[in-house]
Amino acid sequence: MTLDTVKNAEQTPDAAQPWAELGLKEDEYTRVREILGRRPTGAELAMYSVMWSEHCSYKSSKVHLKQFGEKAPQSDAMLVGIGENAGVVDVGQGYAVTFKVESHNHPSYIEPYQGAATGIGGIVRDILAMGARPVAVMDPLRFGASDHPDTRRVLPGIVAGIGGYGNCLGLPNIGGEVVFDPCYQGNPLVNALCVGVMKHEDIHLAKASGAGNKVILYGARTGGDGIGGVSVLASETFDDSKPTKRPAVQVGDPFQEKLLIECTLEVFREQLVLGIQDLGGAGLSCATSELASAGSGGMRIELDTVPLRDATLSPEEILMSESQERMCAIVEPDKVERFLEICEKWDVIATVIGEVTDGERLEIFWHGELVVDVPPRTVAHDGPVYQRPYARPSWQDALQADAPTASRLVRPANGEELKAALLAVAGSPNQASKAWITDQYDRFVIGNTVLATPEDSGMIRIDEETNLGVSVATDGNGRFAKLDPYTGAQLALAEAYRNVAAGGAKPLAVSDCLNFGSPEDPDVMWQFAEATRGLADACQILGTPVTGGNVSLYNQTGEVAIHPTPVVAVLGVIDDVTRRTPIGFAEEGQHLFLLGDTADELGGSAWTQVVHNHLGGLPPKVDLERERLLAEILIAASRDGMIDAAHDLSDGGLAQALVESCLRGGQGARVIVPAELDPFVFLFSESAGRAVVAVPRSEELRFTDMCGARGLPATRIGVVDGDALEVQGQFSVSLAELTEAHTGVIEALLG
Amino acid sequence: MTSRVGVVTFPGSLDDRDAQRAIRLAGAEPVALWHRDKDLHQVDAVVLPGGFSYGDYLRAGAISRFSPVMATIIEQAKLGMPVLGICNGFQVLTESHLLPGAMLRNNHLHFICRDQKLRVENATTAWTTDYQAGQEISVPLKNMDGRYTADARTIDELESEGRVVFRYLASGPNEVGNPNGSINDIAGITNAAGNVVGLMPHPEHAVEPLVGTGGTDGLGFFTSVLKQLVSS
Repeated sequence: MTLDTVKNAEQTPDAAQPWAELGLKEDEYTRVREILGRRPTGAELAMYSVMWSEHCSYKSSKVHLKQFGEKAPQSDAMLVGIGENAGVVDVGQGYAVTFKVESHNHPSYIEPYQGAATGIGGIVRDILAMGARPVAVMDPLRFGASDHPDTRRVLPGIVAGIGGYGNCLGLPNIGGEVVFDPCYQGNPLVNALCVGVMKHEDIHLAKASGAGNKVILYGARTGGDGIGGVSVLASETFDDSKPTKRPAVQVGDPFQEKLLIECTLEVFREQLVLGIQDLGGAGLSCATSELASAGSGGMRIELDTVPLRDATLSPEEILMSESQERMCAIVEPDKVERFLEICEKWDVIATVIGEVTDGERLEIFWHGELVVDVPPRTVAHDGPVYQRPYARPSWQDALQADAPTASRLVRPANGEELKAALLAVAGSPNQASKAWITDQYDRFVIGNTVLATPEDSGMIRIDEETNLGVSVATDGNGRFAKLDPYTGAQLALAEAYRNVAAGGAKPLAVSDCLNFGSPEDPDVMWQFAEATRGLADACQILGTPVTGGNVSLYNQTGEVAIHPTPVVAVLGVIDDVTRRTPIGFAEEGQHLFLLGDTADELGGSAWTQVVHNHLGGLPPKVDLERERLLAEILIAASRDGMIDAAHDLSDGGLAQALVESCLRGGQGARVIVPAELDPFVFLFSESAGRAVVAVPRSEELRFTDMCGARGLPATRIGVVDGDALEVQGQFSVSLAELTEAHTGVIEALLG
Repeated sequence: MTSRVGVVTFPGSLDDRDAQRAIRLAGAEPVALWHRDKDLHQVDAVVLPGGFSYGDYLRAGAISRFSPVMATIIEQAKLGMPVLGICNGFQVLTESHLLPGAMLRNNHLHFICRDQKLRVENATTAWTTDYQAGQEISVPLKNMDGRYTADARTIDELESEGRVVFRYLASGPNEVGNPNGSINDIAGITNAAGNVVGLMPHPEHAVEPLVGTGGTDGLGFFTSVLKQLVSS
């Protein structure tokens, strides 16, 4: 095969090109030809096709994502906003924290172990590229029905992949979610979050400037794995009629990534790096075009210097390869030698593959012949933008009209029936203990884990002298979002925000992973538009800007899309981690208070799913001012030692929260139903803006005075006591019986 | 003078900084040792930390035992220097033949991370004098290849000579105490001289009330060796 050089492209304008096979639409191919004033070379076509894919260019979502910037609340904490590898937030004492949640959904369905493993690898490199030491990971996961045979293939592989990669990397896995729903059967969601910590002065950005500075590729050799991963996998719907796409999934090597982390932190420490970018989706195409377009000049790359695993790879394949564990750094010439020395110390292969030029083009050579000559911005940023049509689905009204009223769904009528419902919910796969999964992850490594699963949030100490810490929670309820995507997205934010505050930390910033079906379906696009609008509005009110995230579209099989699933991560800061509030009831005699208002809100609730397999009506109402007030009370009470335990109320309502807090602390509780509430609504409603707290007797007056003064309803509902959960006048269930129902569920299904 | 305790960093070591913290909290001076450097920099004792050295490729610990630093450590251990191998470090010690036996994949084939109850069976080694024989302690456990095994003669020898230092215990009626199928519930062992100890659980993650499992039962490992170094 002859090499398709720029010269050759100019001479053969009519040569047929596989633009459609590479995922480009006809008008997109035409635009590439217009930009270049000729047909692209094979290598150029490869670059444009991956960089203009849905996954890399956000072409369907961009117009909606804009709101996160336009409606961003004023926040002094933001140091780096949307657009870089990850946002950076000031947490005080000279520290900055960066965090981001991303999807690796499609690869994880094709090849669960490697798909999930490389999802961790990719998000960790994003965080590393900002200049931070990664300190923790989390995995929000969604699977099909827990008893479906394919879930047995997908879940154990994904869990083993997350553990296999993350454990070997030495990053504690401190939280996340596991949700089962038949809507995710052919499209499991594997989102991965990483948190990193640095000092303000250590922030690094992805840009190449200064003519003559060297471009160094370091890390693993480039192989044939993952070629076209983003364009082929993440930008298209699965379809039985096409051949298997397994070769498009990358294979990870966590040992190599661990060396890459230590090596990168050392070159940062010695201030050897001007700009840096990790190689993830779209590999070198992405790294070179993004570095060059963010910098001041052009870039020249000698592609044949790239170390290969497979000597037969073509220039197109090298540019598209998504081989893992690689980074690209811009280094001044007099610092190259030291940079290479440090890489050698860590047994990391490093190669100067090019340099920054004072031109405006990204030029790539293959054995001396020019094969790419493009304006880098046109590859990295000037991709197509679509105004996809969207419309409220015709079925939305009927879905919302099917409310779970007492006449529509039979409710428990007496104590025995309430007890049965409580045990059914606590023992359902979504509400049951996830220990079988989370015990496969190392949550202790690095020695700074203050809170981890099954607490409301994961909390990490970042300074051993001052006890400064950060916490993160991720939440998302696809059932709520299906009923009303605007409210559903706001509820996801509200829950994560509340979870962070329940642990005692002040919420500061948001990262989101927006998992939806095909953008070519107007119903799905409406869900997406509504969810982004809802999230942006809520972030504005709560004062927590979106710092970055990821969109995953095409999560659908045939015509059937997943529930719209915006997963929201909230980052918080706590000045003194010794003041953190755990969920467990540990001290007998402490009084329990229910904070917030409880209404008859069962739409999309765990009870309707578990007991009636029903989804209809409206999700709980959102009151963001109330969420903010609740958070302020929880944080103040934690800081001033007024509460010993706090648990947010969400899936399964108060009933589930009591079960979890009793089991976690190893203490029972006696609870009284307030006179104005129906026992069933009291126990199973999922009204937002609520938490249950355990207050030491000595603090009771101070605590209730504070709530009264601030106008937060605080109802005394009982006392921590004994070895049973008793709802007076209704039922009593022993901790042993609760343990029996709540634990062992997942391993019985999937172990 | 403060005692100096070295912590080796192999490529892929993960709990090296945690071991350093535990040494510091116990009152000694932690010294970072590098796998390529044969020099032990005048340390009085060595900890081989947990992690996945060399990615556990080939076999856990199998590549690390050939690193330059191990040659010196093997030599010094034979002369009586206290050496503690935690998790991956224990695997390196068996691969180095400083301790007998080997670790197999956990019998359930999963990585397991949990708070693990142990009984201290031997409180006379360099690393366990601050415990009482029979004392029960809780420390985190986290590994994939933690199932201790050895031939019957070795096991008899270890048992009859009191060289089983820690045994797994159940923490409650619902828990299986042995987390991985180890022979005789063995969690850790020592050499005949008592200066080399290896165990799968992680005492360095149980040294502060706030983090990890929130206990300090692991601190005794590091205070024990410190006392031994001060008195010798």
